[in-house]
Amino acid sequence: MSILVDEGTKLVVSGLTGREGSFHGLNNGRYGTDLVAGVTPGKGGQDVEGVPIFDTVHEAVAETGANTSMVFVPPRFAADSVLEAADAGVDLIVCITEGIPAHDMLRVYTHLKRGATRLIGPNCPGVLSPRKANVGIIPAHFFSEGNVGVVSRSGTLTYQIGNELAQRGFGNSTIAGIGGDPIVGSSFIDVIALFEEDDETELIVMCGEIGGNEEERTADYIAENVSKPVVAYIAGFTAPPGKTMGHAGAIVSGSSGTAQAKAEALEAQGVRVGRTPSEVAEVAAKLSQAAA
Amino acid sequence: MDLLEYQGKQLFREHGVPTQDGQPAQTAQEAVEAAEELGYPVVIKAQVLIGGRGKAGGIKVANDRQEAREHAEGILGMDIRGFPVRELYVEKASDIAEEYYAAILLDRGAKQPMAMLSRMGGMDVEEIAGRDPNAIARVHVDSLIGFQDFHGRRLCFEAGIAGDVTRPVGALLARLYETFVAEDAMLVEVNPLLVTEARDVVALDAKVTVDGNALFRHPDVAAMRNPSAEDLQEQMARERGLTYVKLDGNIGVLGNGAGLVMSTLDVVAQAGGRPANFLDAGGGSKAEAIVGAVEVILSDPKVDAVLFNIFGGITRCDEVARGLVTAFGQIDVKVPFVVRLDGTNDEEGRSIIAEANLDGVDVEKTMLGAAARVVERANVGAPEPPETGEHPKPVGAATPGTGAASQADVSGTEVAAAEAGGGGGAPTAPGAEPTR
Repeated sequence: MSILVDEGTKLVVSGLTGREGSFHGLNNGRYGTDLVAGVTPGKGGQDVEGVPIFDTVHEAVAETGANTSMVFVPPRFAADSVLEAADAGVDLIVCITEGIPAHDMLRVYTHLKRGATRLIGPNCPGVLSPRKANVGIIPAHFFSEGNVGVVSRSGTLTYQIGNELAQRGFGNSTIAGIGGDPIVGSSFIDVIALFEEDDETELIVMCGEIGGNEEERTADYIAENVSKPVVAYIAGFTAPPGKTMGHAGAIVSGSSGTAQAKAEALEAQGVRVGRTPSEVAEVAAKLSQAAA
Repeated sequence: MDLLEYQGKQLFREHGVPTQDGQPAQTAQEAVEAAEELGYPVVIKAQVLIGGRGKAGGIKVANDRQEAREHAEGILGMDIRGFPVRELYVEKASDIAEEYYAAILLDRGAKQPMAMLSRMGGMDVEEIAGRDPNAIARVHVDSLIGFQDFHGRRLCFEAGIAGDVTRPVGALLARLYETFVAEDAMLVEVNPLLVTEARDVVALDAKVTVDGNALFRHPDVAAMRNPSAEDLQEQMARERGLTYVKLDGNIGVLGNGAGLVMSTLDVVAQAGGRPANFLDAGGGSKAEAIVGAVEVILSDPKVDAVLFNIFGGITRCDEVARGLVTAFGQIDVKVPFVVRLDGTNDEEGRSIIAEANLDGVDVEKTMLGAAARVVERANVGAPEPPETGEHPKPVGAATPGTGAASQADVSGTEVAAAEAGGGGGAPTAPGAEPTR
């Protein structure tokens, strides 16, 4: 098994006719993801390398049975595309777009939490289940199938840590990038709950960063609900207070939200925290030997 | 993006939040003219993006023309905790019966807007929370329903404000929420929220932080950007579409992806070095972006060595290498570079750098190796005592003071208290904005 995306994923891409959308969408298709449709208003009836384009997500879902949407449209239109995909009834939306206004996401989040559609992102690298499906921009060639589930707020840092894990012989059940914005559709807790239920996942790696209190809340959740070993990494120990560090979410505020506070909260609940990406892989190796 | 007090008040007026009459001024002469037009007494206020103006002498009452000129001349050009005063706001003075505190902000933990009200205004919100944690009433607002009258009533009764002003205070809160939504704000704060002896309710200060991602639908607010708040490198980076944050060390750092760059800063600090900056060249960095990034990093004279940490995903290491070679052709580089290329097309990238035979450029394969090497290189030219300890200390605290977030239990969002004007309130400590 794996979580979120797999062989059953039927993908519709909003923005498949755009430069980035076609590059990554088709890349996902070549990886083996069942890419069934694209949506661009006004371009219905066309195709992108054989993938049919529809004017609306509703039409794409009706014609192709798409169950997963990837949103790859510019920030000012992205919230609308997410709402459209949810209204069309897909199970999962992965929103890659960076720079969506926070108030747009507030409304989207509030609406989605009342329905059945799950949102990953925005401002995220997407979700990869090695050998099964890739929805997003994660470079799949670094990752092989295995039993480590990875959940992260960051993109390249995930590749760095995934690569360190791969060099120690670990493969992955699923790698999920939840996004670096203040308001994202799914939290660490949401994804870790799925990993806990997933048979293939034996070890969970979470990769956090400064800002907010998600990591602290996750620490409490893990203590009460997660039986599988969890290794964490937190970026931003040297970040000065009061400055955003690229990700809109990454800002140190007062005493809470610092990397130190997050690492301590996790360690207090028995989660091992690696101080460098390499140390995360080392700790994972030790835990996995101990379990064997 | 943070707005100055007078800019925030301009938005308040557009959305019906009551304020005193006032005018911005850039020279002492303009300030005097404004004072004459408004009528004495007036309050002359330094316009800077930092708290503690009152304590620093940046807020003064003027009772006549001569005082207005003296105070305006005195405050203009002052340096308030590193922020030079370039603008003033001249406002009609108010008499003060009560000082409250009000704010609307984005509560990241709850993923909802939150409204706050306290009867203890005029001081830093942290101080309020410190004195009496129950003194701040809070309600979450459903973003699809918006601020209702009952939200206002609940806040007023729970905060225990004077019974005769619950209606106007509730109305002000509703207008404040409208400002928050309509202007795509992350924070809208009024401290103090004043009740005059005539029982009028007035926003005496305004701290507004707007969402930089939403500026495309607010051209008027985008034009309020306050370049004096940015340093040279931050301005250069913004013009080149790069994300840059100035730190106070001597090792320039570039990487692709915010998380990886943050992690790189940590690893450099763990190796005993002090980063000079955070620079995210972004996903899919092209050669052109790399040239721009090198320009920005090297324009900081404190930089003794530079670390490139690239993990190629969408970013191709050969593109980064070409950018670096181009940059070395265009810029007279005097400091050593350590380049770590890993991931997509890393071997090609490394061979491009090797073939170019660049002076003073070391290539490393791992992140830890590269960090150790750049610290060594930086310390050759400028010996610095290395930091020790498992957890590196934060460097370059940009904004002194801490925000209200933790005490007010507003995860991830800081409430920066603005200080009291009008000669009545105690000056307060600053906080930082939720996003910039």
